[in-house]
Amino acid sequence: MADKIEKVSVIVSKGSLEGVYPALIMANGARAEGMEANLFFTFFGLDAIHRARHEHIKLATVGNPGLHLATWAGGLPGMSSVMTHYLARKMDRLDIPPIPEFVEMIADSGAGLYACKASVDLFGLAKEDFIEQVRDVITVGEFYDLAAGGEIIFT
Amino acid sequence: MAIKAYAGHEVDVNDEGFFTDPDQWRAEMAPEIAREAGVGELTDRHWQVIECMRGEYAAKGTGPTVRALGKTSGVGVKELYQLFPKGPAKLAARIAGIPKPRGCI
Repeated sequence: MADKIEKVSVIVSKGSLEGVYPALIMANGARAEGMEANLFFTFFGLDAIHRARHEHIKLATVGNPGLHLATWAGGLPGMSSVMTHYLARKMDRLDIPPIPEFVEMIADSGAGLYACKASVDLFGLAKEDFIEQVRDVITVGEFYDLAAGGEIIFT
Repeated sequence: MAIKAYAGHEVDVNDEGFFTDPDQWRAEMAPEIAREAGVGELTDRHWQVIECMRGEYAAKGTGPTVRALGKTSGVGVKELYQLFPKGPAKLAARIAGIPKPRGCI
């Protein structure tokens, strides 16, 4: 086995802030290390490349025990927005870019951005709904062809 | 740890080829390190990035990540990857004779 990873394909299946960032960091980090990287957005992960939605990705405050917030409190109106805003400020201080800027930067690094055809069909979307950096809407089979010979990370 | 000779001077480098003592670096060593790192001939744009690396390291004690480099060097992220395809921050740091930048973004 080679001691260096040459290529990674990261699947983004979640549409929450804590679901999207790790995938972006993994893909960006792979490019920074000189690896080839692809991002495959599926299901709610599509929000991260959706023109109208990628600016509004929120932290899940319900069903997220890691937040150490009482379940009833997490469900209060506006709680998700408040917590997202709070985290965004902390991230800004650490120079972690907001999702739209981060995705654009990853595309600039040469990573491939792809949308999952099954999910695009399911949600009644089209390529025009996504940011221009998205290269194509592809099937799962085409994804496996792209990912061939590398590591696959599912998030 | 190993000892390498660039431009006729011996320098200390780690297993990945990064200088362990940035004071040993001389500008005339850069083309040789670049060739060894697979970057090829250094252009003015490469030098702009390398000088930014040296400056940031001198000021902060650590080299910038790709994102920071894109903001401070005057060379955008896209071009950084064209200049240093196998990792801009990593390669520019190595050519600039500073330790590998540590950062996740």
